[in-house]
Amino acid sequence: MMLSFNSDRLFKTAMFVSGGIVLAVVIGILASLIVHSSQALRELGLGFLVSSTWNPVVGKFGAVPFVIGTLLTSFTALAVSLPFSLAISLFLGEYFREGRLSKVLNYMTDLLSGIPSVIFGFWGLLFLVPLMRKAELALNVPPYGVGILTASLVLAVMIIPFTSSIGREVIRLVPQDLKEAAYSLGATRFEVVKNVIIPSARSGIAAGILLSLGRALGETMAVTMVIGNSNFIPRSIFAPGNTMASVIANEFTEATENLYLSSIIEIGLLLFVITAVINYLGVIIMKKLSFEK
Amino acid sequence: MNFRILKNNLFKWLVVVLSTVSIVPLVLILAQIFKNGASSVSFGFLVHLPKPPGETGGGISNAIVGTALLILIASVIAVPLGVLAGLFLAEYGKSRFAAVVRFVVNILQGVPSIVIGITAYLWIVVPMGHFSAVSGGVALAVMMLPVIVKSTEETLKLVPYSIREASLSLGANYTRTIMKVVLPAGLAGILSGVLIGIARIAGETAPLLFTAFGNPFMTYNVVKPMNSLPLLIFNYAMSPYPEWHRLAWGASFILVAFVLFMNLYSSHSFFL
Repeated sequence: MMLSFNSDRLFKTAMFVSGGIVLAVVIGILASLIVHSSQALRELGLGFLVSSTWNPVVGKFGAVPFVIGTLLTSFTALAVSLPFSLAISLFLGEYFREGRLSKVLNYMTDLLSGIPSVIFGFWGLLFLVPLMRKAELALNVPPYGVGILTASLVLAVMIIPFTSSIGREVIRLVPQDLKEAAYSLGATRFEVVKNVIIPSARSGIAAGILLSLGRALGETMAVTMVIGNSNFIPRSIFAPGNTMASVIANEFTEATENLYLSSIIEIGLLLFVITAVINYLGVIIMKKLSFEK
Repeated sequence: MNFRILKNNLFKWLVVVLSTVSIVPLVLILAQIFKNGASSVSFGFLVHLPKPPGETGGGISNAIVGTALLILIASVIAVPLGVLAGLFLAEYGKSRFAAVVRFVVNILQGVPSIVIGITAYLWIVVPMGHFSAVSGGVALAVMMLPVIVKSTEETLKLVPYSIREASLSLGANYTRTIMKVVLPAGLAGILSGVLIGIARIAGETAPLLFTAFGNPFMTYNVVKPMNSLPLLIFNYAMSPYPEWHRLAWGASFILVAFVLFMNLYSSHSFFL
């Protein structure tokens, strides 16, 4: 009897401890990033965030080119992917909710989300880059092939499954009686979509976009392989650049000097904080939605 | 009136066309992997080491072994911890501590994998003084953890309270009830969470760049640098040698086949 009492206590303790370990891991990540970037935080201060010169040879570390590169690629990718992911959401959530067609498309987007990012990068490098080079020659811009736009296109393909799977769910949650009320007033299906479904699924779609943005901001491999890795502010959308994640991937193992390493870790810290905030907002919106239903 | 119907039909076609267009990249990627990858996969490809550039032939045996070992290390750490933490959230989900844990699990799920790589470097590579498979395994475990915690919590919440009461009423204590009744009832969901977690980490490259690092030779030693399929694809894809590209395509073929198989296996749970 005594023994079983103890085993219960032991078991409950183990459960609490595991919860505590998970908490400690996340706090530990944040703490390590702060501690190891403290030299850059102290020595560079705000200059890190406003200087656009990144030149490790002379010890200048400004993150602006990478912040701009990250914002450009992520938002271009979002803009490119949005019509497609909205179309898939409507396809699966409204027009073809059941049946073979929707199964096939569902299956396809699942497959797409399962492909590792390094393979997207490899494909981008061997397929998209030559294609972009041709397009750039036709457009009379320097034919790098690699660059911000190439990276954005690869990213766009990668985030379609995320936005669309959340979009599908929230569009399915739109109450049937709202739609029927609109139909009974003589609305066409397009008008129902435009005036009923999209407005009432708006916040869910916004959450889906936020979560996809979080993913796009932190995506490393595919971007690193096709962005061209240049540490200057990109002149145009065709120019090579670097994102926060790709500069870490490229330069982390080269950073032999303390301040250099510390600056790269500060980029990691920045990335951690930004994605944490974005994901937190996305999750909050999603949670509100599940209360409403 | 006609105009409205026209708009309606046009919009429906727009949705269908855009949806169809968005699977074109997938078809292209899969076709390329199949075309270039399937031809290079043979028995020798699976059991030989990569050859230096200029020599034909060679395989990716070290990367296959490395990926298997890295997944094993990550699972040994993340599965018990994640299941227990998920159990904690399901059992004590209303406490404030649980709310904090749930919050950080959500945060952890969104942390970019490259940042986790940096952390594993700081935690393990720096004190050890060199790159190692263990540090890569730890980085992957951190990536796998939120997936397992969440799927465990969600599965266990669905286990009806009545079967637990039935067990308690028969005199079984709490531990026994959890181990013999609640966990087995949720086993299918937990296992599918583990498989999804494995599928997520199998293709991860970024956290391994500064941890497992890669290694052109075969090694079973987990405190030494080790190769993995995604690392090999990255390194060989960025190289200028067609022969190495061929190896990368073959490795892509095997990796994609494995990841897709795991995803399908878990979502349709054929074996459960």
